[in-house]
Amino acid sequence: MNHTALAPAGPFAERIVELFWLFGIVAAVVYLIVIGFLVYGLRGRREAEASAPVSPKTLRAIGAAVGLTGIVLVGLTISDFLGNRALAKVPADALHVRVTGHQWWWEIEYQDSIVARRVTTANQLALPLGRPVMLELGSGDVIHSFWVPSLQGKKDLLPGYTTTLALLASRAGDYTGECAEFCGYQHAHMSLDVAAVPPDEFARWLEAQRADAAEPATEAQRRGREIFLTSSCRACHAVQGTIAAARLGPDLTHVGSRPRIAAGALPNNLANMAAWIANPQAFKPGARMPATQLASDDLAALASWLGSLR
Amino acid sequence: MSRLESTWADSPGLLGALSTVDHKRIAIRYVVTSLVFFVLAGFLALVMRTQLARADNHLVGPDLYNQLFSMHGSAMMFLFAVPVMEAVALYLIPLMVGTRNVAFPRLNAYGYWLFLFGGLMSFTAFALDIGPEAGWFSYVPLAGPQYSPGKRTDFWAQLITFTEVAALIGAIQIIVTVFKMRAPGMTLSRLPMFAWAMLVTAFMIMFAMPSVMLASTFLITDRLVSTQFFNPAEGGDVLLWQHMFWFFGHPEVYIIFVPALGMISEILPAFARRRVVGYLGLVIALVSIAFLSFGLWVHHMFTTGLPPLGMSFFTVASIMIALPTGLQIFCWIATLATGERVRFATPILFVIGFFFIFIIGGMTGIMLGASTLDQQLHDSYFVVAHLHYVLIGGAVFPLFAGFHYWFPKITGRQLSETLGRWNFWLLFVGFNVAFFPMHILGLEGMPRRMYTYSAASGWEGLNLLSTLGALVIAASVLVFVCNVVVTLLRGARAADNPWGASGLEWATASPPPAYNFADIPVVRSRAPLWEENFPAATVVGLPDLVPTALVTRLHDAQPDHVALLPTPSPWPLLAAIATTVLFIGTIFSPWALIWGSVPVAITLIGWFWPSPDEARRHREIEIKPDEAEQRELAFGELSS
Repeated sequence: MNHTALAPAGPFAERIVELFWLFGIVAAVVYLIVIGFLVYGLRGRREAEASAPVSPKTLRAIGAAVGLTGIVLVGLTISDFLGNRALAKVPADALHVRVTGHQWWWEIEYQDSIVARRVTTANQLALPLGRPVMLELGSGDVIHSFWVPSLQGKKDLLPGYTTTLALLASRAGDYTGECAEFCGYQHAHMSLDVAAVPPDEFARWLEAQRADAAEPATEAQRRGREIFLTSSCRACHAVQGTIAAARLGPDLTHVGSRPRIAAGALPNNLANMAAWIANPQAFKPGARMPATQLASDDLAALASWLGSLR
Repeated sequence: MSRLESTWADSPGLLGALSTVDHKRIAIRYVVTSLVFFVLAGFLALVMRTQLARADNHLVGPDLYNQLFSMHGSAMMFLFAVPVMEAVALYLIPLMVGTRNVAFPRLNAYGYWLFLFGGLMSFTAFALDIGPEAGWFSYVPLAGPQYSPGKRTDFWAQLITFTEVAALIGAIQIIVTVFKMRAPGMTLSRLPMFAWAMLVTAFMIMFAMPSVMLASTFLITDRLVSTQFFNPAEGGDVLLWQHMFWFFGHPEVYIIFVPALGMISEILPAFARRRVVGYLGLVIALVSIAFLSFGLWVHHMFTTGLPPLGMSFFTVASIMIALPTGLQIFCWIATLATGERVRFATPILFVIGFFFIFIIGGMTGIMLGASTLDQQLHDSYFVVAHLHYVLIGGAVFPLFAGFHYWFPKITGRQLSETLGRWNFWLLFVGFNVAFFPMHILGLEGMPRRMYTYSAASGWEGLNLLSTLGALVIAASVLVFVCNVVVTLLRGARAADNPWGASGLEWATASPPPAYNFADIPVVRSRAPLWEENFPAATVVGLPDLVPTALVTRLHDAQPDHVALLPTPSPWPLLAAIATTVLFIGTIFSPWALIWGSVPVAITLIGWFWPSPDEARRHREIEIKPDEAEQRELAFGELSS
């Protein structure tokens, strides 16, 4: 499972899961003690006096229990406070990535001081192992929440605010993130694919993402591109290197390289791509993308071109 | 028919039923109404659980699912949990403090009718596909005009208005009845624990509810007349809503939980046959829970990017509230340990179930209150598990204990022990099977409020298990309903004090007569019925030809004066209907506020219009404070 908080893949998630086990074990021990006393208490005595004054021994026992509870609570509070400080440290030399939440997909922009070198993608996030990544989180519509349990706790994306979240992956692998704040119809299909890869592989990936869309290699793909550029597709989508530059929907420049489409609603293959374009509402009712009326060979051509954009 | 009987009884027939101002009749309606909403909201949960039993299920789509969980949460909080606790209190408090009605009987009737109409409006809207869809918390901007067009959220916001007005009316009744209408000698330090708990709850309602009413009014005006309180593009702020909502929303949890604590403090000593240990400590714990509960709302907002140091403050408050709660639990265990061996009747089974379940919820609450740990747990199924452990474990189990415990008093019949045990064990097992797996689902990364999930997520097995547990819970509730129906038809007659308990409510007949007590007893200890020769003295000289109440002083409950109580009247019902028209009208037009207030004003004038006959009796009967000493009411000996 690549989305559990219990198997951390980085120091931030590790720090939180350590706290979880600390709190969990303390809670379990305290629970057993209290239940033990309850069971003991239920045995009661036979010759109780209804209005007997409470013996000093009983009062001392209650006082001791409250005192011990207080000590345990202070200990837990301090451990949480220290964890908070550790997580709040702003890492140096971080890679900056802007994440914008939309109903219902993630816009990802790798920052660069040179604007032309910025990389825009959607629903996928690659991280270099061992290098901190600073996410700047914002929203294009309602409140969303960024959550990749394997790497870090969650942080909300709020319209009118910019929040930040530091990620650091120390174990290579593919992880899944979800939107954790209810955001409307398709809150359930707002997923994110995260790949933690060695730094050199990351550099190659980023360079590939920076490139313009690949030229069509077959006749079908060429026709697919033409359909894309002459139909309603480019009213919302951008493909770098073509005249399509709209930003309402995900940037599709390298859509073929993504593991899933429609923010995790479907695995990425040609059949799913064609089915999705033909009728998105069948898979993700309420999604902003309308159905597109195309002849079946046109649809196949369009899907094959999009699939070739790796 | 005695004179008291004829003075206090309602006239027969439909008009009598609709005009009643008897706190017992109104409270029974209140309890039954809120239980009906509980069953309906529970049914919505079953539909959700069925949808989630399988991955990629298409039983319900996102549109219906979002309405289901929004309605489930709103109904459980606003139409069941808060009102049912107030309803039980409106029945029991006058009996517990030894008086004949609540302080404002007509207002009480008005509050119930408003609650009923608000709930009916809400479920009717849901049935017509205009139920709430933005969650019971209605976060903006999702709930705002741009992202939730239509009237669904407006119906939600007016549900808040209805239920909060009703809740505030209930709170006022409880505070004034407890403060000013206690039997002579029942000083504050002899007040029954349930009355203390409800007093604390009522004050919390008074301070918490206005915040959500203001917030929902902002939301309504944003949606209806284009104010921009929550629109960041026009200088509004989306976090403003969250602060205002949770400033109410967190105390709300304790508004539900504190009455349950009071019930346990009543039931447990009756079975241990011993006065509760640590009375003063329990009262201090209730009051400190109330204060602390207003200082930890931000733990619902730990992921919104607030400054870490500020979050630490709220972490401390959130974790420290475990201290007074722990104190209560230790006092109860001490009561059991120093009392007689308990007989495991149904009420005490539910109390024991409370300990087993609620403490788990308390522990996970400490985890969620820790700002660092909460970063992972927040808005995951872990929270769903936690909130049901505290609300079902902490409030519904004690409530069922209370139903079984007070049912003989209210109806005069004893619920079946056999069915009661089935009720308990099905609920206990079903609850844990349904909700424990959700802790694990949350840690495995399942966010809340998803209408479906893919098979690849690996969440299917635990979800299926949870759904099976939910079905067992439904079976348990069904057993309870059967038990009530069978008992009402042919249950065993109950004695006046079947549990041998110590409170004043057991000093009268089961069910109590319309006037509650033929003679108001004088109270000389915290456990009056466990005294020898109770009552040693009773109040004499109260007029019995008109409904009156003995008003006593706040702290020492010394008699102060006799107040005339209002007679039955249909006007509260008519006023509630006029108010309902106004509230529902404002969903559609701001002008409803203007024109809708005309019928409200007319019905209120009718309500307060003095009848010459009543005015005459008022002048004859009422005893003014300065005359009270000369009139020399015989109160018996009042030892302090």
